[in-house]
Amino acid sequence: METNANPDAPDLKIPVPRGPVPDVPRRERAAAVEMTVDGRAVAVPAGATLLDACRQAGVETPTLCYLENLTPVNVCRVCVVELEGSRTLVPACSRKAEAGMSVRTDSERVRLSRRMVLEFLASATDVSTAPELRGYMTEYGAAPDRYGNGSERAATVAQPVKIDNDLYIRDYSKCILCYKCVEACGEDAQNTFAIAVAGRGFDAEISTEYDVPLTESACVYCGNCIGVCPTGALMSKTERDMREAGSWDEARQERTDTICPYCGVGCTLTVHTQEKRIVKVSSPLDQEVTRGHLCIKGRFGWQFVQNIDGGQSPGDERAASENDA
Amino acid sequence: MDLHFTADEPTAAEISAVDSVLGAAASRWAGGGRGDNEAQTSRGGHGARADRHLLLPVLHAIHGRVGWISPGALNYACRRLHVPPAEAFGVADFYALFSTKPRPPLTARVCDDIACRVRGAEELCARLEADLGPAGEPCRGGEAAWFRSPCLGHCERAPAVLIAESGKRRRECVLAPASAEEVGGHLTRGGAAQAAALPAAVSVPQAGQPQLKLLQRVGRVDPESPDDYRAHGGFAALARARAKGREWVIEQVLRSHLLGRGGAAFPAGRKWQAVAARGGRKYLVCNADESEPGTFKDRVLMEGDPFAVIEAMAIAAFATGCQKGFIYIRGEYPLATARLQHALRAARAAGLLDGGCDIELRRGAGAYICGEETALFNSIEGFRGEPRNKPPYPTDSGLFGRPTLVNNVETLVNVPRIVLAGGDAYAASGTGGSAGPKLFCLSGRVARPGVYEADFGISVRGLIELAGGVSGSGKLQAALVGGAAGAFLSPSELDTPFTFEGMRAVGAAVGSAVVMPFDDTVDLSIILLRIAEFFRDETCGQCVPCRIGAVRQEELLQRLHRGGPLGSTEQEMKLLKEIGQVMRDASICGLGQTASSAVESALDRFPIFR
Repeated sequence: METNANPDAPDLKIPVPRGPVPDVPRRERAAAVEMTVDGRAVAVPAGATLLDACRQAGVETPTLCYLENLTPVNVCRVCVVELEGSRTLVPACSRKAEAGMSVRTDSERVRLSRRMVLEFLASATDVSTAPELRGYMTEYGAAPDRYGNGSERAATVAQPVKIDNDLYIRDYSKCILCYKCVEACGEDAQNTFAIAVAGRGFDAEISTEYDVPLTESACVYCGNCIGVCPTGALMSKTERDMREAGSWDEARQERTDTICPYCGVGCTLTVHTQEKRIVKVSSPLDQEVTRGHLCIKGRFGWQFVQNIDGGQSPGDERAASENDA
Repeated sequence: MDLHFTADEPTAAEISAVDSVLGAAASRWAGGGRGDNEAQTSRGGHGARADRHLLLPVLHAIHGRVGWISPGALNYACRRLHVPPAEAFGVADFYALFSTKPRPPLTARVCDDIACRVRGAEELCARLEADLGPAGEPCRGGEAAWFRSPCLGHCERAPAVLIAESGKRRRECVLAPASAEEVGGHLTRGGAAQAAALPAAVSVPQAGQPQLKLLQRVGRVDPESPDDYRAHGGFAALARARAKGREWVIEQVLRSHLLGRGGAAFPAGRKWQAVAARGGRKYLVCNADESEPGTFKDRVLMEGDPFAVIEAMAIAAFATGCQKGFIYIRGEYPLATARLQHALRAARAAGLLDGGCDIELRRGAGAYICGEETALFNSIEGFRGEPRNKPPYPTDSGLFGRPTLVNNVETLVNVPRIVLAGGDAYAASGTGGSAGPKLFCLSGRVARPGVYEADFGISVRGLIELAGGVSGSGKLQAALVGGAAGAFLSPSELDTPFTFEGMRAVGAAVGSAVVMPFDDTVDLSIILLRIAEFFRDETCGQCVPCRIGAVRQEELLQRLHRGGPLGSTEQEMKLLKEIGQVMRDASICGLGQTASSAVESALDRFPIFR
């Protein structure tokens, strides 16, 4: 409480306590861990990861399965770095920094592993709606055609898209199995556990129990899985329909931050509009309240805004009735 | 968390299977009947979720009773254990021995892996296909089906077949060596409960020889009698350990220079010391998930001398202060499982486990990856058998997040010897870098396949000679050492000592001490393809380099085998090297890191595919 420190504060009609107001106890500053990244000395707080150290050193590190608001699972291996004394490369996203560590991110070995990971993914998966991954591919010179093209096709995860509800679709041909949606559905955000990894090896995939439709599963349609998906495998139905119709155009979209109007939690919404119509809602990861996670209302319940002029968007009645429930 | 279930209900048989592990359901919340005032109560929280580690035993019970995991059965298991159905489905779907689709009650799994393949597996499969129809398809009026299987760990008696019958009287046995007639006979309801017992000397040709240390009792002792075990010197080490105290025991293990026999060769004493230093709840795990193709030494120990495993675990638990022990055994070892279960009961009844550490046996369900120690922990805990990233290491955070001592069966069986003889005397045997006696698995084209014991220092040639030399044409073409994750040696490298340092010097590894010779009539390209297929099937799929790399490696070898390389053969060889490097450098665990090792070693040495 700092009300008494502000001379401009209005009279709250609450007696201000006499005497000094105690300060908030100062948080113990975490001891710095000193190490080097590509020969440059950096100091990061205890508990920081090698990814934090790389970022502090100004070294760009590609990531796919990592997200600030999720527990690192270090499965994509695109962030690997060379750690002095380690037999193998180590994942920057999860490996904790220790004093005296020496990390290289620009070696031939690191570049080869990153390029191969990207090539593997692009050879097995449809990456057409994964701009970040495609950017990395250019940067690392990944050539997925090396594993087959034309008549000699490499195995892929291609399969029909799953459309079983009006709010979002699941196109697992685009899934790189980064585990983010499972984490967001489970312990890291929603605690719903509607989906998990099933199968094994190359046949592993994200699935409900026995692959039942979402409408029979535990899904609550918070859409937090869409929020964390790096490849567009999970996508709101609105976006998917517009893409199918050829009208989705991010270059013509505006983003406006606002506060969700529904409840008192006060999540920040980023409203994506195209031609003055809402086409999508997301939430910034650094949002203090729920760190980028929303509920069904915030993410999908925006159609009423456009109903003022009688407009209809796909999926609106359904979202409204779910909200009432 | 609130769980959501589909409308599928369990059958009476499925309920009884689950209840056989968990007891009857106490309330409507857990899928039972509604009790008084139950509408006002709820059940949840950590207490309700604490039984998740029973998921795998429950799935085994369901599968053994009805032959597959149905949606209704899974729902009931999930209500009882408070596990989300999507997660439980992911676990059930992970294991090769479980089916999440209806499957006939009688199954035969025919090993067509490398050791069996050079000893008649393909001929057996061809016969079965003629008699029963194609692999994977129901036969005999939908009552039975046969499948091809990766290594079943009975390589000394190849070809091996695992028979399973689900129902009220569950039946499992391994036929080895198996004939098509025998398999056909076992694929009938209520068939013979056991395969014909073979004398121990078939698996241990040296059985009874006086110089044996690790195998001293195998074939001589009654594996079901604790008294006979005691009469053959058993339990003396446990008594001595308890008399000398825990510090003394750890000191002896440190001085013995015993290196882990599971493949990673980590100094056992350092693990023991690290775990002993930790406070609070600690676990002991015996890794009996031996699944490396060509490996069967731990099975032979568990079948032939099960009390030795239990005595060694009791010593380890005493020395390191672990309160609870687990043996995680692969699902394809029905006889070893039965013997260990019997031995555990007998040891418990005789008070030999008194003093705080009970031991529980857990069965795997068909997953090579679960031999990786952290995947094994996840499997016991009721999660998918996916490895964890290290660090943290098990000695800090292992099973249930607690400090854990995990050792392989053979490593543990060395411990009673160390306690009895003293660490220094033990360290004096073997070589400077590789102390002690060692078990070797000889299979493939040798005259007398089996487990052989020799002190470290013996050469690959010496081991092949011990097993009666190369069979087939008698002319050696190559020898696979260390396992499918190991390396091929050429005839000129046969004098390499089979030690940690000797193998390292030729770019190989001791691994699981497999020695699998191939004579010059064997088509090595077929062997390489089978190895690549093995890793493609057995990668857990968690990390990209291994999940996709294993597939790309196999596709590439198939292209070369068909004579249709993409671009030139040289380009393909370069690509293969790059696939190998990213798997080695960037995979999470040892499976991916070694999945290209045998293939690359063979292509470096032999003109295959050229």
